Amino acid sequence: MSLNIELEVKNNVLCIRLSGELDHHYAEELRTKATSAIESYNIRHIVLNLENLTFMDSSGLGVILGRYKQIKQLGGEMVICAISPSVQRLFDMSGMFKIMKLETNEEFALQRLGVA
Amino acid sequence: MHIQFSALSQNESFARVTVAAFIAQLDPTMDELTEIKTVVSEAVTNCIIHGYENDPSGIVYISVILEDSYIDLTIRDEGKGIFDVEEARQPLFTTKPELERSGMGFTIMENFMDDIEIQSSPDSGTEIRLRKHLMNSKMLSN
Repeated sequence: MSLNIELEVKNNVLCIRLSGELDHHYAEELRTKATSAIESYNIRHIVLNLENLTFMDSSGLGVILGRYKQIKQLGGEMVICAISPSVQRLFDMSGMFKIMKLETNEEFALQRLGVA
Repeated sequence: MHIQFSALSQNESFARVTVAAFIAQLDPTMDELTEIKTVVSEAVTNCIIHGYENDPSGIVYISVILEDSYIDLTIRDEGKGIFDVEEARQPLFTTKPELERSGMGFTIMENFMDDIEIQSSPDSGTEIRLRKHLMNSKMLSN
């Protein structure tokens, strides 16, 4: 099982849609692709859509927290949407829910950032 | 069940899927299966990143014993060992923040399993033994 990373830029928002499994092996690829898009397209905010993510471990927490810090430094926000109960458990355990914004789907996440 | 494989990150999914397939005979719930896959992923990732520091000539060893409705999982490397085990177990502690490690690996293992034993010594490696009782196992009902 691999990870498929789909990126789309809407205004100054980078939409990252993940499907498959996010572990240490794929975390590096996600970090590289997302960082390069943030730098190339003058990105201010991130919407992370986890609707089709079937597995994640603490390497996923690390790379998501890394992008959160990156976008915060640029004065932006990160909204995570469509999170599954099993992934939510990991977020709860790490306390990351206290700092991350969550929405039920991508449309609401974009609305929250003032896009769409 | 015993498997061993090279310390390559692409083998992390092989490890968790193989252990999950072996455990499926106990008829675990989906949540239990996810928990087992997650802890295998955490422990194997630790072997690769910390034990062997990404040296693919290192070998990761996994043994699984099923007894009644208990899973006994041992994940071992012959890498550099953990300097301070108690420190390593603290939530959010990591020796490699530059690699965006979250420091949550041991916390997740402790939360998802009933029991964890860590044996580690510098330069001889680390062995993690994890145990879990499955709630509605087929073996229990037979």
